[in-house]
Amino acid sequence: MNFYHYAAPATFYPLAGKLWPWFAAIAALLGLIGLYIGFVVAPTDAQQGEVYRVIFIHVPAAWMSMFIYLVMAGYCALGLAFKTRLSAMMASALAPTGAMFTFVALWTGALWGKPTWGTWWAWDARMTSELILLFLYLGFIALQSAIEDPRRADRAGAVLALVGVVNIPIIYFSVKWWNTLHQGASVSLTAAPKMAETMLWGMLIMALAAWAYAIAMSLLRVRAIIIERERQTEWLVEALEAER
Amino acid sequence: MSTAAVLLETRELGARRGNVELFSGLSFAVTEGELLTVRGPNGSGKTTLLRMLCGLGEPSAGSILWRGEAVAAFDTALRQGVIYFGHATAVKDELTAIENLEFGLALAGLPADNAVVEEALRQVGLYARRQVPARRLSQGQRRRLGLARLLLAHQPLWLLDEPGAALDRQGLALLAQTVAEHLLRGGAALVSTHQDLGIPAARARELLFQ
Amino acid sequence: MTEREFFGPGEAISWALRRDLRLALRSRGELGVALLFFLIVVSLFPLSVNPDPKLLRTIAPGIAWVSALLATLLALGRLFNNDYADGTLEQMLLSPLPLPGIVGGKVLAHWISTGLPLVLVSPLVAVQFGLGGGELGVLMVSLLLGTPILSMLGAIGAALTLGLRAAPVLLALLVLPLYVPVLIFGAGAVEAHASGLGAGGHLSLLAAGTLLAGLATPWATCTALRIAYE
Repeated sequence: MNFYHYAAPATFYPLAGKLWPWFAAIAALLGLIGLYIGFVVAPTDAQQGEVYRVIFIHVPAAWMSMFIYLVMAGYCALGLAFKTRLSAMMASALAPTGAMFTFVALWTGALWGKPTWGTWWAWDARMTSELILLFLYLGFIALQSAIEDPRRADRAGAVLALVGVVNIPIIYFSVKWWNTLHQGASVSLTAAPKMAETMLWGMLIMALAAWAYAIAMSLLRVRAIIIERERQTEWLVEALEAER
Repeated sequence: MSTAAVLLETRELGARRGNVELFSGLSFAVTEGELLTVRGPNGSGKTTLLRMLCGLGEPSAGSILWRGEAVAAFDTALRQGVIYFGHATAVKDELTAIENLEFGLALAGLPADNAVVEEALRQVGLYARRQVPARRLSQGQRRRLGLARLLLAHQPLWLLDEPGAALDRQGLALLAQTVAEHLLRGGAALVSTHQDLGIPAARARELLFQ
Repeated sequence: MTEREFFGPGEAISWALRRDLRLALRSRGELGVALLFFLIVVSLFPLSVNPDPKLLRTIAPGIAWVSALLATLLALGRLFNNDYADGTLEQMLLSPLPLPGIVGGKVLAHWISTGLPLVLVSPLVAVQFGLGGGELGVLMVSLLLGTPILSMLGAIGAALTLGLRAAPVLLALLVLPLYVPVLIFGAGAVEAHASGLGAGGHLSLLAAGTLLAGLATPWATCTALRIAYE
């Protein structure tokens, strides 16, 4: 398979159109199964009761929030190095989904924290890093939307994402160090309840669902970006005619 | 004269602004000692072409060759061999005329020793105002400051975008003379202009945009 | 008609440094603004919390550092915007002098004209917040080692937002999250000293950060500047 063949918007547009419904279907199906396991099958936790069930959403969202930023930075590096337009478009398409997962992770974390620790927010290293990650996502989106010229927007966003990806570990370790020095919140996230096998399965399936959802959404969004950018080209006019 | 070396060459060059195509399939060459005048209405892409040729922007199609070798935007070879004289005067309000010229020359990689700089200022008629902060210079005097930089430029190719703007008749004559001397030394110039600058040149061509 | 072949980074750094420092000296008013801003922000905190000396002493390093962050941010607009507006920046990009050198010199000049003055006025903060001599010393060293990182990271943001309408707000959004580690180690140094843990670890991490940023950020800033023009 020729990589460059699919790196052209003209060939990727119909491919993405064919693929995204499948990923959306997989996401819906796995999501339903995962939620069923998480909220019905999995046993009630001895210490935390029913509250803990939010981790079936929280943990996959937190995983995806970090993973998507890495993928985004990877696409950005490709786009800067080889000037492939599609990889820059993929990065822009992934950013809102990444920001959404980051927000969900923070939100569900707060929902879990209130009954468990008695507070919505603690300056825990992971939560703080996640919050900064959200700011990085929003900065990326804001920068790209502030630049009119799409080529400059792509490339400026790419530099920002790469600077961000270098900084994320530094930010994480600095926050962690700061946290251990202060012994602030007397809660510990690592003291998670012992995982029953069903819980692990539920979480895994939910993570796969989140993954499929992210792919489906980014494919859908990249199609929208392609339409916006290439609207005057012949192939797109033909493709849109054919879809009608 | 028959075998003047080619300095800059373009092959099937194209440019677009947003989704609008400005020009395409533009191929030409500039040889040593040659004057190429670029003419065309506003918005036809003259400035875009000049900026592209000095490396300040990437063509949407085609390629640019410097002394026979393909160059990308911000290529070192272009930065050493080309001087670009654009709409913006690159004059700092806070600095005096003489400081502006000295820093400008050093930035263009040209030696800026005191006597030479003062002589150039004398030629463009700014010697008496050399210690005046540039904010008190008129628009035309700022352009003359740029002219003084051209007087001392060694770069073989000059890209001049509307160099006559805001210059009075005497300034225009000085400009024409400066470019003519540059051509006689074996330099080349690409000039975008609406006026007739009256630059005497052994070999002159025009590039018309519509 | 031959071109000179080689220009070293030293030449570029010295050119930019001399020019930008001279420009800074000619527009001292602008310099004063950032410094004054720093002092005003610092002075607002006791008014907004309460003047309990013990509390003030605890929060002083954090306040000094947050104010330094904001003052640097305020001054970042000046780094490239004027040169962008009058066309000097495009001449810099087209210059045969190496761009990383020019950018390095400009950032250094920016630090000398904004970061260094903050270090020098920080004793005033110590007076306002009742910091001891040792704590003040650590605060000054931490500012000395950390503010260059603020200028260097800020330069990337300033280059990315060059010429954009929403530039000032956007710049804050892009740059402040990246400042978090500097803030933590900078303010943490003073606190560690005060609690008897010793500030050595914090300060050496800040120094390492400055070196690392000095190596890596000029590349990113140059790329961002070129992107703004292409």
